[in-house]
Amino acid sequence: MTIGSTELLALAPLLVTVATAVAVMLSIAWRRNHFVNATLTVVGLNVALLTTLFTHNALPLELPLTALLQHDGLAVFGTAAVLVSTLGCATLAHAYLEGLQDNRDEMYLLLLIAASGAIVLVGANHMATLLIGLELMSLPLYGMIGYIYRDRRSLEAAIKYLVLSAAASTFLLFGMALVYAETGSLAFATLAQPLQAGAPLLLTGLTLMLAGIAFKLSLAPFHLWTPDVYHGAPAPVGAFLATVGKIAVVLLLMRWWQELGLGRSTLFTALLAGLAMLSILTGNLLALFQGNVKRLLGYSSIAHFGYLLIAVIAGNTIGDEALGVYLLTYMAASLGAFGVLTLLSSPYRGDDAQGLADLRGLFWQHPYLAAVMTVAVLSLAGIPLTAGFIAKFYVVAAGVAAELWWLVAVLALGSAIGIYFYLRVMVTMFLAVPGRRRLDAERNWGERSGGLMTVLLSLFTLAVGLYPQPLLDLLR
Amino acid sequence: MLLAWLILIPILAGLLCWQTDRFGNTPRWIALGAMTLVTALALELWLSGDYHLGAGVHDAPQWQLEFRMPWIPSLGIAIHLGIDGMSLALVVLTGFLGVLSVLCSWSEIQRNTGFFHLNLLWILGGVIGVFLALDLFLFFLFWEMMLVPMYFLIALWGHRAAGSKSRISAATKFFIYTQASGLLMLLSILGLAFAHFDATGVLSFDYEVLRATALEPQLEFLLMLGFFVAFAVKLPIVPLHGWLPDAHSQAPTAGSVDLAGLLLKTASYGLLRFALPFFPNASAEFAPIAIWLGIAGIFYGAVLAFAQTDIKRLVAYTSISHMGYVLIGIYAGGAMAIEGAVVQMIAHGLSASALFILCGQLYERLHTRDMRQMGGLWSRLPLLPPFALFFAAASLGLPGTGNFVGEFLILAGSYAVAPVPVVIATGGLVLASAYSLAMVHRSMFGPARSPIPIPGAGRRETLMLLLLAGAIVWLGLYPQPVLDLSERPVALVREFYPPQQNATGAAVP
Repeated sequence: MTIGSTELLALAPLLVTVATAVAVMLSIAWRRNHFVNATLTVVGLNVALLTTLFTHNALPLELPLTALLQHDGLAVFGTAAVLVSTLGCATLAHAYLEGLQDNRDEMYLLLLIAASGAIVLVGANHMATLLIGLELMSLPLYGMIGYIYRDRRSLEAAIKYLVLSAAASTFLLFGMALVYAETGSLAFATLAQPLQAGAPLLLTGLTLMLAGIAFKLSLAPFHLWTPDVYHGAPAPVGAFLATVGKIAVVLLLMRWWQELGLGRSTLFTALLAGLAMLSILTGNLLALFQGNVKRLLGYSSIAHFGYLLIAVIAGNTIGDEALGVYLLTYMAASLGAFGVLTLLSSPYRGDDAQGLADLRGLFWQHPYLAAVMTVAVLSLAGIPLTAGFIAKFYVVAAGVAAELWWLVAVLALGSAIGIYFYLRVMVTMFLAVPGRRRLDAERNWGERSGGLMTVLLSLFTLAVGLYPQPLLDLLR
Repeated sequence: MLLAWLILIPILAGLLCWQTDRFGNTPRWIALGAMTLVTALALELWLSGDYHLGAGVHDAPQWQLEFRMPWIPSLGIAIHLGIDGMSLALVVLTGFLGVLSVLCSWSEIQRNTGFFHLNLLWILGGVIGVFLALDLFLFFLFWEMMLVPMYFLIALWGHRAAGSKSRISAATKFFIYTQASGLLMLLSILGLAFAHFDATGVLSFDYEVLRATALEPQLEFLLMLGFFVAFAVKLPIVPLHGWLPDAHSQAPTAGSVDLAGLLLKTASYGLLRFALPFFPNASAEFAPIAIWLGIAGIFYGAVLAFAQTDIKRLVAYTSISHMGYVLIGIYAGGAMAIEGAVVQMIAHGLSASALFILCGQLYERLHTRDMRQMGGLWSRLPLLPPFALFFAAASLGLPGTGNFVGEFLILAGSYAVAPVPVVIATGGLVLASAYSLAMVHRSMFGPARSPIPIPGAGRRETLMLLLLAGAIVWLGLYPQPVLDLSERPVALVREFYPPQQNATGAAVP
């Protein structure tokens, strides 16, 4: 296949992101300046985002770009979601790193490389691009998690993630090897036929790959790394892990589900349903007595991707829409929650803000910051008037339409359990103010880009909760 | 648009209250003004509309006033509000009790008044929304919307009750009970909508559209249970009542007034408006169980009320007992029984709120709610004890009070359908006298604990109690306006339920 101007245009978001990474690298080599490099990153990401929107309007949907990448609705949505989340994380990183007396600029470089990996992943149409995308996304993450390397926890989290992630990758690779041994092909589209025939080697291979993917999504029982890594990673990196790191992978799973026709296989439906149920229950139950907000968000993300799997399994049109709505609202809420933690924290002032005690009485000192957190938490809990409710409603609707009664019942049970810890976080912010705060937000947090971003996110969450129709139209 | 304003006024005024926190009493006046306005608008609707049954049920449109606006058309969801006699009566009650709950926290709440009134008004807005919503999605939204502010009200301004857990755990318990059961209702709503979609190819959450859905018996029963459980938790029905005593004993007075006076009523309203017309056959099948659950509630609530030492917990348990009658009246399904249930809902809303306000006033003076520490208040405290006696008499259903009318209509109307349960339920009236009088006796009579007089009710407090007493007596002596209001809605419910009999436009004899 030749690459002409149309194909180049479709690849533009990826190319722009990679070019920005190169530019930031050169800029760092030229002169270290935190502000310049951060601005360069944000501008590059914005240009990439604009080109994404442009390609969406200018190009036909369903455009194969070489045998490796696909340009379609899923890929465009994924690219946009990845870019927006990365933008959010970049602004947060800027607010966070201001207080770091060390090299700050490389964070943006790593962020951009990871984002390009995620963009490759959402367009992946072939096992090779799958692996390249996944690894390109994961490798910078080791560095980002351990960025505050003088902090023992940060380093520990990085090593833990490195070891476990490598193990997951070997599963993935071995699975691919088995798939190749059986079918002699690595393109997704060619696998649907043999899968119907039910070749045992292929099934084993795909199951192993599913385990690798479940690890990246931290679905139970592959979730053990999540709380520790969320705990140790600097808050903006935690936000990146929770959003980009998961959105890209779940979209990949969705593509798999559609292209390979996994939904028609009872084995994989059962496997995925089992993963979903286990994740919902594990995530919510383990979060119950968690006093650390970062770990809690980790557990909550386990549960949320359990909910999301229901939309994937449902496999109907309403399920596709549910996936989009859910990912966007989850993204906004997670970025909001991590954003507030970031704004309260600074490296070299001890641990990041994450204990419930650090949030105590926040409302009476920083009402708007606390309101942002409240909206984020309520949205994660799926309470009406926030986007989270619309998203949960959509997922339940998809489940009911596909008659997945057991899964939907587990979802209801899980969210009922989940209310407990979300409420605990929320009410803590409204209790009486403690004598002195260990960590406090800058007085002018609202004028910083990070603060502005979190406020915008919670406005988005409320707007979608009140009037979701424009968003639904956009996702169609 | 007027209907939308009924919901929007409290919500917008609430935001205003929050922002005027620093200006002393301004939030209170804003809240008071907003709720007075809501009450006035609702009364204006009552006076200007014609709610009579007329010759036939279908002579006039079902809704006196309707409001429809597209919202999420891709899912068939619209902002559809409508008001008929029954919802109007309850909206008037909401406005009235809203005014009172602002008044009764005038001196009780001193911390963060702006945020307090934000929560209070949002609860009231949510309750009005529940009473007006005719789209199931919207209904569910309002149903859940009341929870968060109520949670804050209990968790942040609550009291620490002696010998029990903290107010936060009480609030959390309330939230989890209602939220978990609410999710079951959400499943049922979606199940109903998709059943309708499978049958007709139209996805809609509209009340009138879904009401016509024909369902398989088994599915109908399951969906009915989802609705029933959600309403049963809030009503509350006995095995699901665990949140109520804790929430009441820890809530501030305004919170208790809203809980007992309004939130419990949303459940019985929901049963009448949604559960019975949507699932008539399943409900009829389920009716005996529901009636016996009601009886269990009557006796359980009464016996436990008698055993309480905390005066607020006592009143809380009486609510369980009174709502048992409402449940019987609704499921018995006679015209008289259902109208009785509507009157009882309003009467109980008034009398329970009055008792909770009294409890609050006693607490402000004595700093205890333990009846063992009261005793002999009649001689030390002017004005409040006679009021307490009057409201206790109302609560036990003395003729001349609205509660008597409600209970009498329920029992007389249900007798033909369920004679044995009604005979047993009548026994509950004796227990009601026992706990009501015991409450007054333990707290007001007997030897005084100290000779020091306690300041009596101020002008604001007297006004509140007089208003409530007046309303109760009016409802007891001349209930006809309320019966007129509920006549048509009840006749419409009876078109569907009980299923075997068809509409005859039955009126109250």
